[in-house]
Amino acid sequence: MSENNKSNWWIWKVFWILLGLTTVEVALGIFKVNGFLPHALVHDHFIGLKWLTHIFIILTLIKAAYIVMTFMHLGFEKKSLRWTILLPAFILIPYLLFIVLSEASHHFLMNG
Amino acid sequence: MEELENNNHGEAWKGGDRPFKSSYGKLMMWFFLITDALTFSAFLVSYGFFRYTAVEPVTEKSLWPVPEEVFSHFPFLTGEHPLLFVALMTFILIMSSVTMVLAVNYGHKMQKKKVVLWLSLTIIGGATFLGSQAWEWGHFIHGDKGAIQLNRNLEVVHIAKEDVIDGKDTMVLSSVYELMNADKYGHHDFSIDTVLNQLRERPSFGIRLANKDYKSNLETFEYFETSEPLEIILGAGLKKNEYGTQDFGDCFFFITGFHGFHVFSGVIILIVILINVIKGTYQRRGHYEMVEKVGLYWHFVDLVWVFVFTFFYLV
Repeated sequence: MSENNKSNWWIWKVFWILLGLTTVEVALGIFKVNGFLPHALVHDHFIGLKWLTHIFIILTLIKAAYIVMTFMHLGFEKKSLRWTILLPAFILIPYLLFIVLSEASHHFLMNG
Repeated sequence: MEELENNNHGEAWKGGDRPFKSSYGKLMMWFFLITDALTFSAFLVSYGFFRYTAVEPVTEKSLWPVPEEVFSHFPFLTGEHPLLFVALMTFILIMSSVTMVLAVNYGHKMQKKKVVLWLSLTIIGGATFLGSQAWEWGHFIHGDKGAIQLNRNLEVVHIAKEDVIDGKDTMVLSSVYELMNADKYGHHDFSIDTVLNQLRERPSFGIRLANKDYKSNLETFEYFETSEPLEIILGAGLKKNEYGTQDFGDCFFFITGFHGFHVFSGVIILIVILINVIKGTYQRRGHYEMVEKVGLYWHFVDLVWVFVFTFFYLV
């Protein structure tokens, strides 16, 4: 039994990390509603997004990295497999974001 | 096998028959997940597009509904509890991801009973998540505050009322039900005229525009002169919803629905695999790789939810 628990400790470590990050996100969300957050965080923008949104995105990406790298075991796969899976996402998703959101600002400018 | 490598592929090829050191089945699951990830990112990016363009031209105020106001309810509790229920759903899904890893882990050790235990818990987690989502959909469709649709740009405005907060007179969000003194859990069909008459008779009530500006009772009727009220919207459907722009409801149904369908199919596949585990199919085969492959899919569903949670409920 103790041997089993030893080899499982990393699973619970990742669980606590994910739970902690989610708790921080929810707490920030609730503080935002109740107005406990600094004005600058909620109202000032940086490259088109609120600072708080940037914080949420960074926390989300950290959570995603933990899920993919440890739960999905990608961190322990061969380097070539790792990059085969990650590169299409790293190239295509930012590309899609760039195209669609720049079109959105064009749309906004034409109507505004 | 070594002979084949040396003779047919020359010096450059060092990968053997498994260049990625991963089995065929796992590779194919990964390649499927890449395409699925791109599909979901297309959905979320188009959600971003709709949200980014829903802006009032001159003032640049957002016309998009505020998520914390829409998703603010918790089963069996009254009052506003923003984010609490989705936080619980997130917790359930993360938890079921953990039980899945444990099942895979015991599969490596060929401990059938432990695999059965953790796989069953994963299924329970998935089913609980689906139930929570059904509750949330039900709540979203039934609606909470009601709204008035105007003819100009099909703007959706909410009922507001005067209130005193910290000794200051301000206006806060109210609801059609509160204005009409009606039970919000009942089924109603208010005509636009009865609501407008009630609004005229109760001067402490006003409206909140889609850009989140409040209008007092007097200003409300001035506003209605240029932008005529069309109908009362209670709840949400695909054509209109009480929360605001039509795109908001459509994105909600489509994105959470597509994710929910993934969870649903995940639960079905997990049940099939669990039956195989109980029958001892993988014990006889000598490895539990099938559990691992379903595990990949299940973690992916969790991964997508992490993003849906952020972009739909938090931001």
